[in-house]
Amino acid sequence: MELKADQLRGFYETMMTIRAFELKAVELFADNQLPGFVHLYLGEEAVATGVCASLTNKDYITSTHRGHGHLIAKGGKVDLMMAELFGKSTGYCKGKGGSMHIADVELGILGANGIVGAGQPISAGAAFACKYRKSDAVAVCFFGDGASNRGTFHEALNMATIWKLPLVFICENNLYGISNCQRDHMRVTDVADRAAAYGIPGVTVDGNDVIAVYEAAAEAVARARKGDGPSLVECKTWRWRGHFEGDPAVYKNQEEQEAWLKKDPLVRLEKKLIEREYATKTQLDEIKGKVEAQIAAAVRFAQESPYPVPEDLLTDVYAE
Amino acid sequence: MKEMSYAEAIRDGMRFEMQRDANVFIWGEDVGIFGGCFGVTGGLVTEFPGRVIDTPISETAIVGAAVGAAAAGLRPIAEIMFVDFMGVCMDELFNQAAKMRYMFGGKAKIPMVLRTPCGAGMGAAAQHSQSMEAWFTHIPGIKTVMPSTPADAKGLMAAAVRDDNPVVYIEHKQLLGIKGDVPEGDYCIPLGKADIKRDGSDVTIVAWSWMVHKALAAAEELAQQGINAEVLDPRTLVPLDTAAILKSLEKTGKLVIVHEAVKTGGFGGEIAAIVAEEGLDLLDAPIKRVAMPFAPIPFSPALEKCAIPSEEKIIAAVKSLF
Repeated sequence: MELKADQLRGFYETMMTIRAFELKAVELFADNQLPGFVHLYLGEEAVATGVCASLTNKDYITSTHRGHGHLIAKGGKVDLMMAELFGKSTGYCKGKGGSMHIADVELGILGANGIVGAGQPISAGAAFACKYRKSDAVAVCFFGDGASNRGTFHEALNMATIWKLPLVFICENNLYGISNCQRDHMRVTDVADRAAAYGIPGVTVDGNDVIAVYEAAAEAVARARKGDGPSLVECKTWRWRGHFEGDPAVYKNQEEQEAWLKKDPLVRLEKKLIEREYATKTQLDEIKGKVEAQIAAAVRFAQESPYPVPEDLLTDVYAE
Repeated sequence: MKEMSYAEAIRDGMRFEMQRDANVFIWGEDVGIFGGCFGVTGGLVTEFPGRVIDTPISETAIVGAAVGAAAAGLRPIAEIMFVDFMGVCMDELFNQAAKMRYMFGGKAKIPMVLRTPCGAGMGAAAQHSQSMEAWFTHIPGIKTVMPSTPADAKGLMAAAVRDDNPVVYIEHKQLLGIKGDVPEGDYCIPLGKADIKRDGSDVTIVAWSWMVHKALAAAEELAQQGINAEVLDPRTLVPLDTAAILKSLEKTGKLVIVHEAVKTGGFGGEIAAIVAEEGLDLLDAPIKRVAMPFAPIPFSPALEKCAIPSEEKIIAAVKSLF
């Protein structure tokens, strides 16, 4: 189905929001305003945006340690996210989770996750719940090339396929598992090839082309909604930054880095929007301005919010 | 009241919960037609079509997917065939199930029960005989339940399923066949309530699971020798009924803790520490622990029986205090 102008402009706004959020995080982390670890989604914005475009609030996602993009694309609020990165009591998790554990169950976001590959079985359980209730909701599992080497990947894919669960596995192949480049941590070139071992469709797309991601994910989501079971979609992309902020990424090939920077997903979408006359440069600048103002407001909200108090330490350990 | 076995009582508890709440389902290895490795889920697959589900041999996915299903609003009862297999799926329990609520600032709940059998005494050797409850008690966010009688097994199952937190429900293999009177219909025992299994005035023996029965037998023998032992079964280790233990010690002044798990790092050490911190002045003798020695569980029945805490060892520990 041909994407309409307003849909593509929406993609642009989502991707720009992720970009602006992450660039601000770079700045804040360097300025020592963010405690802990921050793993950024810069360069991968097209994946979350293209995938979540086919989802509604009743659908579930499981995210990763590199989760800010998934949260924003699934409808997460940037002010609550930013406050969480600061460890403030107004954050998504009252400051108890931080960047790696943001969740919004109301929006179907079952959490970023600090354990690589942990989201895979959790997403299978959420997909099982959708099927058990006979709803047409689906679950989407985001994970990286590194996580496709975990045992969780095998167990979750096998379980999802034998029960024909409404689940879409999205492999964000950014070509590195921390410092290990893909050719050193697996024998296959395409993670999607692994789908054949489970008897399900596996496709590989250009993860820096939001339209390609959207089309492949939309097909997989539709298949899951119809009751035809899981699929694996691999999106080839590139992590602009190190594994976490502070990682100088000495293991990366500089030429490769520069080549990928030229494939900036946001620049490519901008070009398409203008070529197709779906937007003018002025309109896109307006979107950019609006998004940057939102992020600035989110930072102010976070900075002005209070920290949790000592009494909060022992709340939320158990549900009453 | 109806006489039933411990295994039947667990099943009766699960059946009642499945009848009252359509969100409750069971999954695990061979829980369907096979009825579970120890027969506990026998017949439920035909009573509840589509709600008793055989899984592949995938402990990680059994627990991890139960976490996802619970986060999405269902109430899974997942079975891990032996508590010894928990190492395979520990991340799903201790990093996912246990912490999601806290990490998410109280905005998620994970109402799931993880049933698993423990215990030695059947010649099953080192990987099918352990008592690993101390692992679970060390993790904030999980509750740990260890029933010793058929009635407790049913009542605690109801409480575990209705609880909005992950509950590890540990069944003892040696107890599955024991019989007892069990209340029919809705019967729920709140988690965190100890039960005095035998009244006594001279010494408090705290024991759980199979060891309750060993402690009761030891207490009968001790009574012949003029020592009147109280046997206190905490029934749930987290939450722990500390008040009941201290109250019993007010009466007896002496404490012996019996558990099947190895002594080092065992939950008996935690109880001893709590009593030392909160009730040292109640004691008129040192605290004694009777537990498994610090070795893997051997296969040969000749050796295995030396490893399992016996009535004789309990009696000797009690008598050393007088």
